[in-house]
Amino acid sequence: MAAGAVLSWAIPRYELLNPYLQATLMYLGVNIILATSLNLVNGYLGEFSVGHAGFMAVGAYASATLTVILLPSGAAIWRFPLAILAGGGAAALTGLVVAIPAFRTRGDYLAIVTLAFAMIVKSALENINVIGGPRGLLGIEGLSTMPWIFAWTVLSVWVIRNFVYSNPGRGVLAIREDEVAAELMGVNTRWVKIRVFMIASFFAGVAGGLFTHLLQFINPRIFDITKTTDILVMVYLGGVGSIGGSIAGASLFTVLQECLRPLGVWRMVIMPLLLVLLMLFRPRGIMGLRDFPWFRPSVDLPPRPPEINNS
Amino acid sequence: MTPWFQANNVMHHFGGLSAISGFNLELRAGELVGLIGPNGAGKTTVFNLITGVYRAAQGSIRFQGRELVGLSPWIISGLGIARTFQNIRIFKQLSVLDNVRIAHYRSARYSLAEALFHLGRYRREERGLTQTAMETLRLLHLDSYADEPADSLPYGLQRRLEIARALATGATLLLLDEPAAGMNPNEVGQLMEFIGWMRRHFNLTILLIEHQMKLVTGICERVLVLDFGVTIAEGRPDEIQNDAQVLEAYLGQAENK
Repeated sequence: MAAGAVLSWAIPRYELLNPYLQATLMYLGVNIILATSLNLVNGYLGEFSVGHAGFMAVGAYASATLTVILLPSGAAIWRFPLAILAGGGAAALTGLVVAIPAFRTRGDYLAIVTLAFAMIVKSALENINVIGGPRGLLGIEGLSTMPWIFAWTVLSVWVIRNFVYSNPGRGVLAIREDEVAAELMGVNTRWVKIRVFMIASFFAGVAGGLFTHLLQFINPRIFDITKTTDILVMVYLGGVGSIGGSIAGASLFTVLQECLRPLGVWRMVIMPLLLVLLMLFRPRGIMGLRDFPWFRPSVDLPPRPPEINNS
Repeated sequence: MTPWFQANNVMHHFGGLSAISGFNLELRAGELVGLIGPNGAGKTTVFNLITGVYRAAQGSIRFQGRELVGLSPWIISGLGIARTFQNIRIFKQLSVLDNVRIAHYRSARYSLAEALFHLGRYRREERGLTQTAMETLRLLHLDSYADEPADSLPYGLQRRLEIARALATGATLLLLDEPAAGMNPNEVGQLMEFIGWMRRHFNLTILLIEHQMKLVTGICERVLVLDFGVTIAEGRPDEIQNDAQVLEAYLGQAENK
């Protein structure tokens, strides 16, 4: 962790890697946040959301609006974190609005609601002229530096892990396993679902904010259904219900995407093919439903039986 | 004095099909009552109505003076009613320990913020939670499986885990849905002892659905016989066994097999 922090500062400072690799690493951070947060809903909760790019868009636009229009200048150190938090907050609130009707019933309803939501976000953004409409928003500062992205990625993954290994997180797992039984154990299932959905949306918004200030230009088309598909691929590639899996999935996806770039259009053939093969041979993804023991907080592990001392 | 538990004229139907009609049940604290009847008689529906999975169309169910009809299952669980299922419904892919810890869900006293940053009361509360859960597991001799996924347990232990989970909610009224299903006579004997022990140790009132007459006559103090959603007989096990209506509806059929 400390080595990572030092590297994230040293790499851009001394140009240890060429700019292309630096950019790839930074997109990797964004992708890790996207995959782990979507995994909360699609893996840990066991629902199926296809609106993650929509929440990312809300976060991206909210934070870009803040740095470009509302607080256009000032080098205050808190300006960028504030913009990212604003992106997360806006996405979380949107998540609440989506979750309230979506979790009224059980089943595949969420997929339909989130699909509709993603479309609404896109067309809404296309019709608001203040933020550029369909042309998009230009002139965003490149505030997403490598140390910032590293810090936000670590923080996001850490918080999501903390949530998973806590009492509220356990309620989420119980719902995935058996919703009726969970409710009979005292879990207020509807509220738990809304809450986890908001948390996932929050981090999609954070990722959106980082992404915007990295790409320095956004338009509504970036956040269409193909973006969601990318995130879904990362989650299922790495394995549902596993944070380590999401990190692995996001890494593999990002690397593959770059490696296959020279192939041009063929990339669109090879990527899905790889996914099909993976699903055939490892249907649960690289590490579905498992995480490394060292990844779990010590209080979550069952206590060791006391050593019996007969001497 | 109001009874400890009382279901009064409870009615439920699926579409046009009447599942339960005019169901009455009174329980005194500490009783062990059996609920029997042929398949499809509505026994499990009664459990679903008590625990709030279904909402009774008519009638009232009162527990320690509180009306249960209209409450959500998670609230009813908090009042002290827990159940098991006919087809075991443990959280299969979670560890044995997590299964029981989820039953303590409502007793953890820390906020979401503390959970997200693992601050404040998180550590102490989680330790306490794990400890109580481990104690429950130890009492039911499941502690050596704590870190195993629940579905890796043999069938009998899965049943026991489901009971452990129900007990861990702190229930005072336990509803057991065919606890002896799939057990051989020897295992049924052990189960009877186990239920007796559990009842004394945790001060429980138990309502159980069962097909195995050995278990029903062996441990129930009172038996209710249900057929087509109607109570057709009620009394001590030996009285029930000689009731003509019951023989016709239930025991007679079983003998014909």
